[in-house]
Amino acid sequence: MATLKVPITSEDHAQGPENAEVTLVEYGDYECPYCGQAYPVVKQVQKQFGKRLRFVFRNFPLSEMHPHAEAAAEVAEFAGAQGKFWEMHDKLYENQERLGEALYLDLAEKLKLSTAALRQALEQRTFEARVRADFKGGIRSGVNGTPTFFINGHRHDGSFDFETLLSAIHQAIGTAKIA
Amino acid sequence: MAQSTAGTVTPIDKGGILRAGATAPNFTLHVTPDQTLTLSDLLGRPVILAFYPADWSPVCGDQMALYNEILPEFRSFGADLLGVSVDGAWCHAAFAETRHLHFPLLADFEPKGAVARQYGAYRAADGFCERALFVIDKNGIIAWSYCSPVAVNPGADGILQALEDLPK
Repeated sequence: MATLKVPITSEDHAQGPENAEVTLVEYGDYECPYCGQAYPVVKQVQKQFGKRLRFVFRNFPLSEMHPHAEAAAEVAEFAGAQGKFWEMHDKLYENQERLGEALYLDLAEKLKLSTAALRQALEQRTFEARVRADFKGGIRSGVNGTPTFFINGHRHDGSFDFETLLSAIHQAIGTAKIA
Repeated sequence: MAQSTAGTVTPIDKGGILRAGATAPNFTLHVTPDQTLTLSDLLGRPVILAFYPADWSPVCGDQMALYNEILPEFRSFGADLLGVSVDGAWCHAAFAETRHLHFPLLADFEPKGAVARQYGAYRAADGFCERALFVIDKNGIIAWSYCSPVAVNPGADGILQALEDLPK
């Protein structure tokens, strides 16, 4: 069974307490429609478990298939470098059908980030290495498409509808308690 | 359409796929409707052979699309990637064009599945290939192989590990 090979560190984008019972990691692509479908499901799961769950998002842009995926990932990282990763992450998924430079600049403005700095970061590919590092780590962990979820380090091979994720997480918590 | 010329082949493990240590059966298959590719022509560097059931699997980030994204990683080991299925060359051409695939897809089309059979990677009952992976070293010996359940995309972690483990 595929397991997460790259441990979660302070470099990761995480929501929820470090010592949460469950850590849910998503490898995602901002242009992938399935990731778009998973976005509200993850929110629902986070709501359900509250502080018992930590959610980590890592980049896995399939850029040959999705021409906007790489730039969108770099935009989120740009915001992340200024403490606004999740705000940007959410906005990108909520506007998935409008991905492109106009949207990125618009969102940067809404989040009170410098649009000039964003332009420069995209031009100079400032966050490319970070995104690629996520991607490579994902491959090593057995990420085989998007979205790929890991629950407490184990790849979740089932579907990602709310009920399935919920029961997989409950199962992980149960196992953790026995161990 | 295809001619396959097998070399010395280590017996297949109880109907499974060829294992590490076996000589990779040589083959010539169509890579486009008017071009063929011969395995032995590529040797001198590692070759990744990825048998898969069919073109046009309806998921985002299917196995071939994933490998397409990982090509730079494979190439950093000097390795060539070849996809193989029983789909015909025209089908492969349309599939590769739609998905922007940057590696050859070989048509194990006629006699159907002949090469896959030599690698123990043919599902006779279904009429298509297993999801079977082979890393062949520069001398044409299978260094690593893996057969995934047909419905599970095996990812690329095993391939990369096998490439890393090849003697330099």
